[in-house]
Amino acid sequence: MSDATATVRTERHPDLPPPATTVGVLGWLRTNLFSSWLNTALTLLGLYLLWLIVPPLLDWAVFSATITGEDRTACEPNPGACWVFIKVQFWQFIYGFYPPDQTWRVNLTFLLFVAGVAPVLIERIPGKKWALFYLLFAFPVIAYVLFVGGVFGLPLVETALWGGLSLTLVVSIIGIVASLPLGILLALGRRSKMPILRMLSVVFIEAWRGVPLISVLFMASVMLPLFLPEGVNFDKLLRALIGVALFSAAYMAEVVRGGLQAVPRGQYEAAAALGLSYWKTMGLIVLPQALKIVIPGIVNTFIGLFKDTTLVAIIGLFDLLGRVHTATTNAAWLGMSTEGYVFAGAVFWVFCFGMSRYSIRLERKLGAGQRRR
Amino acid sequence: MRRHHILAATVAVLAIGGASVAEAGPTLDAIKAKGFVQCGANTGLAGFGGPDESGNWSGFDVDYCRAVAAAIFGDGNAVKFTPLTAKERFTALQSGEVDLLARNTTWTMSRDTSLGLNFVGVSYYDGQGFMVKKGLGVSSALELSGATVCVQTGTTTELNLADYFRANGMELNAVVFEKSDETVAAYDQGRCDAFTTDASGLYAERVKLANPDDHIVLPEIISKEPLGPVVRQGDDEWLNIVMWTHFALINAEELGVTQGNVADMMATSQNPDVQRLLGTEAEGEGFGPMMGLGKDWAANAIKAVGNYGEVFERNVGANTPLQIARGLNALWKKGGLQYAPPIR
Repeated sequence: MSDATATVRTERHPDLPPPATTVGVLGWLRTNLFSSWLNTALTLLGLYLLWLIVPPLLDWAVFSATITGEDRTACEPNPGACWVFIKVQFWQFIYGFYPPDQTWRVNLTFLLFVAGVAPVLIERIPGKKWALFYLLFAFPVIAYVLFVGGVFGLPLVETALWGGLSLTLVVSIIGIVASLPLGILLALGRRSKMPILRMLSVVFIEAWRGVPLISVLFMASVMLPLFLPEGVNFDKLLRALIGVALFSAAYMAEVVRGGLQAVPRGQYEAAAALGLSYWKTMGLIVLPQALKIVIPGIVNTFIGLFKDTTLVAIIGLFDLLGRVHTATTNAAWLGMSTEGYVFAGAVFWVFCFGMSRYSIRLERKLGAGQRRR
Repeated sequence: MRRHHILAATVAVLAIGGASVAEAGPTLDAIKAKGFVQCGANTGLAGFGGPDESGNWSGFDVDYCRAVAAAIFGDGNAVKFTPLTAKERFTALQSGEVDLLARNTTWTMSRDTSLGLNFVGVSYYDGQGFMVKKGLGVSSALELSGATVCVQTGTTTELNLADYFRANGMELNAVVFEKSDETVAAYDQGRCDAFTTDASGLYAERVKLANPDDHIVLPEIISKEPLGPVVRQGDDEWLNIVMWTHFALINAEELGVTQGNVADMMATSQNPDVQRLLGTEAEGEGFGPMMGLGKDWAANAIKAVGNYGEVFERNVGANTPLQIARGLNALWKKGGLQYAPPIR
């Protein structure tokens, strides 16, 4: 027998580190990018495309771009983007033709709007009821007076002078604010047991959903004046605003109806059992649940509406995109359309992305009671 | 008068409160009452009309509005602009939203006769032309047989191109594109020998090319696109005012009256033609009052925008990015078509 000694371990062997290929950067790469030959090929293809696109883009937008100077001659030595174009016309893109010495009115209006919206949107700030009351009743009057003027010594600024980002915001905010209550009413009307009310709602919703926004705007701007007697004119912006608000209300109504149908029948019956009236049933029990369910759909409609406001350019209103486009046709700045559209796209992205992030937060916050199973 | 009047009457009964009713009566009275001319302008066309960096309207067509405003009020800024798209422009004029449409509108028979409009005159003779690279060594469109031509599809431009080549027995290789930007880009990248669109557009597109100086616009114009201001039908007094403001600008160029020397000319010129134009002739009431304007109507218009040649050069001429040659728009004495009846 050999005198081999048997070793008996008395304590646990320390854990070996996992194989180097499954942890850390390497492991992450392996599982996510190179897990099979197909994924490897796709990863390489993706990297190749990035290499094709990103360096020239960065070069154009940053490294070879011009940001100093006052006119296009400053850009001529550089092959990249001519951001001078944006810089020189920046305030035009924001305010349109609004008289420069009056732009504080636009700023103040939006500040007041933010001040009213913040308590409604952000949980930590108190005073929701007051803010809502202010937003729905006081703010529209204040905003109208500030924007239009003509009273309290404020010079009158016609709507023809409104433009740029501020016009985009005016159209979309009014569209959003008007379409939500209208849409809720239409959705309730469509689910109503009263046949005439239901029929009217259905006709309204289907008629407005059945036509493209462009034709609504065209009707408002081209056909309507022909039906009116000579010399009678509605403000062009007002016509567009009404068109946009009614159009989005029809879409909103269908979104809200989806929510109403998702609320279990038992909720209605329970409310009825408690002896609640129709409006109390809806206001206290059904709508809070229904609206919570359709937040993604509502925000989706808002985002769509925000982007659709660019269509007002086809009736000769200078919203942000329209103003940028017009600026590119200025003889002194011909050929700057890429810069202009990139700028407009970036601004729109910021707003839409902001809305979408907020809606995700809101869903998480409200979703707790709604999450099923 | 117009077929929508029955409808209009119906709607008028329902007319919603808040709508404003303009004063009945001739256009000039209404304009004098409100204190400005409402002018339909382009939403943006290089050199012809559009807002600049600070939001002021400028351009060839815009100057016509300013000239009319100056003829009425003595102030070229007594004008408000309504930006109009191509589709809205006639409705806006018909419905009274604008008093005057100065928006590169082509004078055609159907528009003049069936839309309830009157064309005032031709302020700019446009037409389809060709642009080629200098290196091609071509100096006339007739040498383009067998050449590839970039053109935007679905436009009259495309049809005119085919007609022109067929009429002259030339072989055409058209390369068509959906959008004007694509068309220009393809031409710039060398996919075609020539590029065709309206001549004024050619000059604007040339500025966007990588090396604008390497390209020339050929002299041939193969279609007629007479552009001019438009007014509503049915108010001859107003038509006369716009028409004669246009003629006054042309006559001013012919007589050598400019924005710079108009004041001197008023004080010193003994030329009876100039005196009649500027309203300084000794006898007679002057010509402005015949149209309900002041005696110095034309002088005011010239003070505001200059004569026709100055308007042209300032907005689209050789010293602007567009560098459009006078061509057909030269005075009749210099081989062009711009000709105005005499003021007498």
